[in-house]
Amino acid sequence: MLNASLKELSNQLTEKKISSVELTSLFLQRIKKFNSDYNAFITTNEEISLAQAAVADKILAAGKGEALTGIPIAQKDIFCAKGWLTTCGSKMLSNFVSPYDAGVIERFNQAGAVNIGKTNMDEFAMGSSNETSFYGMVKNPWDTKAVPGGSSGGAACAIAARLAPAATGTDTGGSIRQPAALCGISGIKPTYGLVSRYGMIAFASSLDQAGPMAKSAEDLSLLLNVMVGFDARDSTSLQRDNEDYGRDLQKPLAGLRIGLPKEYFAKGMSQDVESAIDKALTEYRKLGAETIEVALPNAPLSIPVYYVLAPAEASSNLSRFDGVRYGHRAESYTDLADMYRKSRAEGFGPEVKRRILIGTYVLSHGYYDAYYIKAQKLRRLIAQDFAEAYQHCDVIMGPTTPTVAFNLGEKSADPIQMYLSDIYTSAANLTGMPAMSIPVGFGENNRPVGLHIIGNYFKEAQLLNVAHQYQMVTDWHLKSPV
Amino acid sequence: MTLSLNDVKRIADLAYIEIDDNQAQATLTQLSSIFNLIETMQSVDTTSVEPMSHSQSVTQRLRDDIVTDSDQRALFQALAPQVEEGLYLVPQVIE
Repeated sequence: MLNASLKELSNQLTEKKISSVELTSLFLQRIKKFNSDYNAFITTNEEISLAQAAVADKILAAGKGEALTGIPIAQKDIFCAKGWLTTCGSKMLSNFVSPYDAGVIERFNQAGAVNIGKTNMDEFAMGSSNETSFYGMVKNPWDTKAVPGGSSGGAACAIAARLAPAATGTDTGGSIRQPAALCGISGIKPTYGLVSRYGMIAFASSLDQAGPMAKSAEDLSLLLNVMVGFDARDSTSLQRDNEDYGRDLQKPLAGLRIGLPKEYFAKGMSQDVESAIDKALTEYRKLGAETIEVALPNAPLSIPVYYVLAPAEASSNLSRFDGVRYGHRAESYTDLADMYRKSRAEGFGPEVKRRILIGTYVLSHGYYDAYYIKAQKLRRLIAQDFAEAYQHCDVIMGPTTPTVAFNLGEKSADPIQMYLSDIYTSAANLTGMPAMSIPVGFGENNRPVGLHIIGNYFKEAQLLNVAHQYQMVTDWHLKSPV
Repeated sequence: MTLSLNDVKRIADLAYIEIDDNQAQATLTQLSSIFNLIETMQSVDTTSVEPMSHSQSVTQRLRDDIVTDSDQRALFQALAPQVEEGLYLVPQVIE
């Protein structure tokens, strides 16, 4: 049951071999037993989860079940869920029980899925190791000395440790794909605008995009079918026809053109990662794909561009946390401004403050053009590089991360080293293109390696096809640390 | 570009985040190295490039000017640190 695919779980539920209440209880018990080892969940709520499962069982009994009816899904603690503590990994929201559901939560509820709990994450999704969470670090189930990646580290850990069959994540610079890679699972960030941002606590609004995390590409396609959809409450939500993201899973890959950006295979990638990626590419050639070198000359500037745009937008978004309407308020203060200053100094952790300060500076008088506008111009050049590359190839591949999971504490004192963890992933956020990570082997200390697959706008079905065909002939995605 | 301790204190002030001298000094060191990384952007000439804020060419949607939400004041104010008679309480601003 723990290793079953979502399709297998759905079949078991439909055939009444197990009920949703039983399945939900199984995972709740595992969380109870093992969460202290990993710290993957911030909150569980047995009462709500089991009530949702009971409702799902009625729908299943009536023969009205859909693909995810009755299946437990772990929700990243960035999604507001009615009646659930929703902290975003921050002391600032440590008392915030959401009065409403995010668009994503609504869609899972409508699909009859069960919310199995809220997963740990870097504070306000700012981090690549899950060490900035107010609720403590998450451990990598493959090696508890290692980070799980971040910011969706709790979600990736929960799937790898078999504490949940699937999970949601959000990705602003790599926060779905990097932890997926480091924990040996699959995850996809869809095209910007496909999944509603309503009720998803904002970090950098022009980059934030939610997506699913699971054991396989096939599972991701079922989750994506539920998550994607227009939402008028999100001003950048895209109005498009519904798609079945699993429609092309079985398509053969003969003739597929894989672009390998020379910039992503240059210095910086560790030997063990390179060797796993090379083997994966060999497998793709066996499947009939051809690989060609492409150039993304401006891609190496993704990190500096990202560290202007994301903090700028964050400094604006996080100004709403002022201790007036909700969230943390300081105990004592002299006047209104002092109340703001103390509440924010106490409520935010060091990395969040650092990014608010960077953002405030780059948006301040006299620096706006030199930093913010400059970064937006480079963002266009990076997008043009990708557009040019897609003239010659169908998908782009490379490593998701330059190294396997690093040790807890190894980079937490050096922000720059931490930021460079997202060197390959952040371009997909800047351009808005869909991108995913799948497990393709193991490197040093038996820690997982992820293959990064980037597609052109709205090519999610193709990415999932490319990932699924690989997963049909390999078994890396079936490996489990437990 | 070089950041000074005063710059750090000024931006902390603009961001409404209290910061003491020790923290300001540590922050200065970290922000300086981050801005060195950011400076590498200047190596590319972007004179005639249009800034890009969104990947898709979308236009702002408009809707009719009608009430779409119900009154949820009591529900929302249940979360507030301090309320009285339906109002959010903050320290006195006007004498």
